[in-house]
Amino acid sequence: MNSRIVERLNAFSRESVEGTDEFRGDLTVTVRRADIVRVATFLKDDPELSFEQVIDVIGVDMYRPDFRFEVVYVLYSLKNKKYLRLKVRVEEDHPVVPSVTGVWAGADWAEREAYDMVGIKFEGHHDLRRLYMPEDFEYHPLRKDFPLMGIPDSLPLPRR
Amino acid sequence: MTARNAADPERSKILQALEDQDTSLILDDALENQMILNMGPQHPATHGVLRLLLKLDGETVVGSVPDLGYLHRGYEKIAENGTYHEFITHTDRLDYLSPISNNVAYVLAVEKLIGLEVPRRAQYIRVLVSEMSRIASHLVSVGSMAMDVGALTVLLWTFREREKVLDIYDVLCGARFTTSYARIGGLQQDWTPQCTTMLRHFLGELEADLRDVEKLLSTNRIFIDRCEDVGYISREDAIRWGLTGPLLRAAGVPRDLRRDVPYLVYPELDFNVVTLTESDALARFYVRLAEMRESAKILHQALDRLPAGPFNASDPKRVLPQKERTYTKMEELIHDFMLINMGIDPPIGEVYHAVESSKGELGFFIISDGTAHPWRLKIRSPSTCNLSALPVMLKGGMISDIVAVIGSLDPVMGEADK
Repeated sequence: MNSRIVERLNAFSRESVEGTDEFRGDLTVTVRRADIVRVATFLKDDPELSFEQVIDVIGVDMYRPDFRFEVVYVLYSLKNKKYLRLKVRVEEDHPVVPSVTGVWAGADWAEREAYDMVGIKFEGHHDLRRLYMPEDFEYHPLRKDFPLMGIPDSLPLPRR
Repeated sequence: MTARNAADPERSKILQALEDQDTSLILDDALENQMILNMGPQHPATHGVLRLLLKLDGETVVGSVPDLGYLHRGYEKIAENGTYHEFITHTDRLDYLSPISNNVAYVLAVEKLIGLEVPRRAQYIRVLVSEMSRIASHLVSVGSMAMDVGALTVLLWTFREREKVLDIYDVLCGARFTTSYARIGGLQQDWTPQCTTMLRHFLGELEADLRDVEKLLSTNRIFIDRCEDVGYISREDAIRWGLTGPLLRAAGVPRDLRRDVPYLVYPELDFNVVTLTESDALARFYVRLAEMRESAKILHQALDRLPAGPFNASDPKRVLPQKERTYTKMEELIHDFMLINMGIDPPIGEVYHAVESSKGELGFFIISDGTAHPWRLKIRSPSTCNLSALPVMLKGGMISDIVAVIGSLDPVMGEADK
């Protein structure tokens, strides 16, 4: 099944696929950032693959010089009972990824969480607020340069 | 807050109210009579610290914005700064109504990462405890949903039954809530004959109790009127919003990871995936009732087939030794010391493993860089994803139905806020 997915994706748009990786039976396909919505729409609408559900959107700080951030999409196909992971690499100075909320409504809060925790902005998201932290919080806690103990005075105490 | 949605002034007013902690505000046109109402986070029917901002037209809900984060403890950050073993105790505190199945879900993800096969006895015991926790969690869900719409008796009866499951946990691992029972490569302690006796006793009484609950509710005019056609979400929307678990099965989609993406020894066990098509609060109630019966069926089979043998994998470099052996054997003491202080050495890679918990799909995504700490650990909690579809279910309903809809979603904020 995994090789079939790669085959279909390459047939759809070879230049969008930057690489594939298989580990413990899990397939991860790295997709060019600009093409993520196109690829997502294809994967959802393709009658053979039909990945109808987005299970999670995960922001990752890899803390490396090139492509510091990654966004990982976990997809599930109800028809084939199969998982697939898409991956998009993001540069530190321009952490913007097109939003897939138009393809799967379920990506709404997951993208808000990735924005809140890692600071990746999703272009085209209708309501990109923080999910957990207060809206006036300046930092993104799951970045590797955010200390475990927190930053003193970064969270103001209630006035009353 | 910045006025991000300047195009929609009413929406920005709702968001402003979220920030200012105003309990209510009235929008400009008095004749339109729309009111913003704050519900929670200290509301008893929100099952924890869920906060809802509601836009009401009279008694009808026009729109709603859930607000999370009141129980956010930063577990993903904590996971990155501890060893794989250390995080097991934190998984108890995610979905605190079914702690053992969280333990199992997490260690299964780690075992997938390091490629470790656990003995069959351990797999059977993991199935046993996962299904017990599903029953315990569904009992709370059914009881508290009935309480939310006014039937207090059911809650007391279901809590009485749930107590028996907690007693079994107590005998099994010495804790009622914070179990931390599963270990990487096995379990903390072996299943005992006393647990079998207690579980058989519990299962014998469960059926009668479920019948009592049904007698109280299934022909109860008030309960049915308050739950039927309430919180409806269409099959297509349920899929689109990424719903999982009883909510999705009540919408007619037979998605159950125990069957679809099998793990542990579920393929050897005979059970049905319960689906209904009404997709309202009442259907979710019936799906949960039926799932408890299916879980009881699984428990009976697993007890009958429970194989003898070791309950921990034989891999001293990655599996914690038994406590009594660390006190008496030099080799085990060294391994214990190394595992606790240095941790395991997983390969470099990424895995995602999900289980069907009582609320839906509970998944762990782990990126390993080859060190003893996860580089990134993401918890895919079913409650968060189910709650994100709450505005769809509430829209157009009555204000008094909100508690019934939240009850039927069965969110646990410990898991939704992480």
